[in-house]
Amino acid sequence: MSKFEYANAPESSAILNLQSRYQLFINGKFVAPKSGKYFKSINPATAKELAEFAYANNSDIDLAVKSARTALTKVWSKLPAAERGKYLFRIARILQERAREFAVAETLDNGKPIRESRDTDIPLAAQHFFYHGGWADKLDFVVKNPKPYGVVAQIIPWNFPLLMLAWKIAPALATGNTVVLKPAETTPLTAMLFAQVCQQAGLPDGVVNIITGDGATGANLVKHPGVNKIAFTGSTEVGKAIARSIADSDKVATLELGGKAANIVFNDAAIDETVEGIVNGIFFNQGHVCCAGSRLLVQEDIANELVLKLQRRVSLIRVGDPMDKNTDMGAINSAAQLQKINELVESGNKEGAQMWQSDCKLPTNGYWFAPTIFTGVSQSHRIAREEIFGPVLSVLTFRTPQEAIEKANNTQYGLSAGVWSDKGSKIMWTAKHLKAGVIWANTFNKFDAASPFGGYKESGWGREGGKHGLLAYLKAGK
Amino acid sequence: MMSRIEVMKTYKLFINGAFVRSESGRSYEIKNSKGKFLANPAQASRKDLRDAVSAAKTAFIGWSEATAYNRGQILYRIAEMLEGRRDQFVSEIIAQSGVTQKIADSEVSQAIDLWVWYAGWSDKLSSVGGNQNPIAAQFYNFTTPEPLGAIAIFPNQKAKSASGTLLNIVASLAPVICAGNTAILIAPQSAPLTAMSLAEVLATSDLPAGVANILTGKSEELVSWVGSHMEIDGVDCSGLSNSDQVAIKVSGAENLKRIHKFADDKSTERILKFMEQKTVWQPIGI
Repeated sequence: MSKFEYANAPESSAILNLQSRYQLFINGKFVAPKSGKYFKSINPATAKELAEFAYANNSDIDLAVKSARTALTKVWSKLPAAERGKYLFRIARILQERAREFAVAETLDNGKPIRESRDTDIPLAAQHFFYHGGWADKLDFVVKNPKPYGVVAQIIPWNFPLLMLAWKIAPALATGNTVVLKPAETTPLTAMLFAQVCQQAGLPDGVVNIITGDGATGANLVKHPGVNKIAFTGSTEVGKAIARSIADSDKVATLELGGKAANIVFNDAAIDETVEGIVNGIFFNQGHVCCAGSRLLVQEDIANELVLKLQRRVSLIRVGDPMDKNTDMGAINSAAQLQKINELVESGNKEGAQMWQSDCKLPTNGYWFAPTIFTGVSQSHRIAREEIFGPVLSVLTFRTPQEAIEKANNTQYGLSAGVWSDKGSKIMWTAKHLKAGVIWANTFNKFDAASPFGGYKESGWGREGGKHGLLAYLKAGK
Repeated sequence: MMSRIEVMKTYKLFINGAFVRSESGRSYEIKNSKGKFLANPAQASRKDLRDAVSAAKTAFIGWSEATAYNRGQILYRIAEMLEGRRDQFVSEIIAQSGVTQKIADSEVSQAIDLWVWYAGWSDKLSSVGGNQNPIAAQFYNFTTPEPLGAIAIFPNQKAKSASGTLLNIVASLAPVICAGNTAILIAPQSAPLTAMSLAEVLATSDLPAGVANILTGKSEELVSWVGSHMEIDGVDCSGLSNSDQVAIKVSGAENLKRIHKFADDKSTERILKFMEQKTVWQPIGI
């Protein structure tokens, strides 16, 4: 079929004053790392270097944790709650004012389409601060005599860099904790811009500290004895390692880990809307989404029709320059992630599933993967069990609602799930029986500061967002 | 005149609604506060634990689907049965711990009232622990607490009175089953008899088989098996030593068990910490 041709609509990167080198943000100031080391972050759409970032070693971690402790005891805990909240409101407003700059930075560093960073990541990050600003002086409605844990170590992933920062920092500050945050190794840029926002907002020194580095930096931050609480988003494997490493301490943790969400389509679903929802469920953000609808469970009698419609729709997904406003799908975040996707896709072929790929033209530089759909997938295939974290959909079928539930729940994960049907009672029945923390009915991949997010089973501990997210940062006082 | 020979009770395990001996054939000796022989309770094995977990997992399917009103009535029924056997518990507490009648009486009363307190909670959990969330778009969105699964319980051993065991067991078991979870309760090693007498109450309270399972034995053995069992979803480790708590947390990380300890007898935390919050989104439109 013929495709619409779109003229280029590139966003300009001129709004971003990109520095060649970014330092650590400790005690309100940008400081050179004690390690003396720096590492590079690249633009995954071009594989070219974007900027250098400071590598935090144990001395740097120690300074950051001590700075957070001093800020906690000397300033932050003495501030009336309403005043604390006003800083969050300020931060929300500054993020809105600088939204375009943040969107450009996010897209350059992460590889996601500018349309998504502009319309999803940055607005939701601002909403998160605004929402939590209002909670700061209303915590008595959540917990009796609420008390913060103290110094919180927060480690975030590369798929939604600024949004995950907001999910971590906003509730921590609203509840009176102070923060040491470590962004992901491949996407530290917006976190360092956020440090500038903290300065602009006049946030007291040391309340937020941001240290860049790799996995070892994160692991050492978790182990630091001055840390009271851990908040981590990332892989289930690392989540389990964190759980073990804090077992012999008083530290508590919230963990937001992997997923392998079932997206269940019943034969009475509105088929065209469902196709849009499936596309959004798995190809949003290149499939770099822990709650992605990566296992499509289709009722057998509509499977052929649905898969054909889906393939036709997916072949229209525009993959390419993330800075182009017409782009639907951007670059894979790193060479390592691309290798992981390739390896799992190869296993799908080897294990006997049938692969279909969009024949879209991929750019030559950078890291790219075409939208991919596997049919004939069985539950034992690796592509049905393991998190691929890329634009790869596995299609399975079912006959009865009971079978759908059994297959959907047959996983170590339990983060999210989807259900598509025109029948209200069937939706509620399905939602009730799915073992997952977030159920999207007739929609997928929707997020809101007021809506709790988090998983059952090995998808993690605790919730982020909404009233329930506050519980992760508060204990009941005497 | 020759005095009557008392009929002594054989203490067994309580698994899937039945009183069974340990498959291992093991038992261990319990004496009273004056050093006199009381009983040979069963020393549960790894296989007994597995049987208990299997029963708890099967029972979870029905118990978690039961209406909150129904669960509340069954918890209340447990209070009724305990009240009816109050004299048995009072005399057993005195025999085992040597406390006065007054203290034993008070403990049994508190235990009964605690069942009633938790019975009243089952159909309020969504109201207090859930929420309707205001989304910045056209969606109906709500969060509701759901039971987690099979919970292993090591009841607190810090006695509130000179005895205290009954109260600690009720304070840990009642909130777990109130939520719709099922339980594998490991009785305190040195004071296991009260737990097994409580099983007699549970067995006659319309509580479905397998919802509450009770094991007696050596906690050092059971700790490692509980920690590594992949079908156990949560652990109340209030009664464990620090080193045992660490051991459970390390091995429990393999399936990210929800592991908690509690101090207060009466607390909604005890219920909600073993529940998962589920959030459902549905578009609003015509």
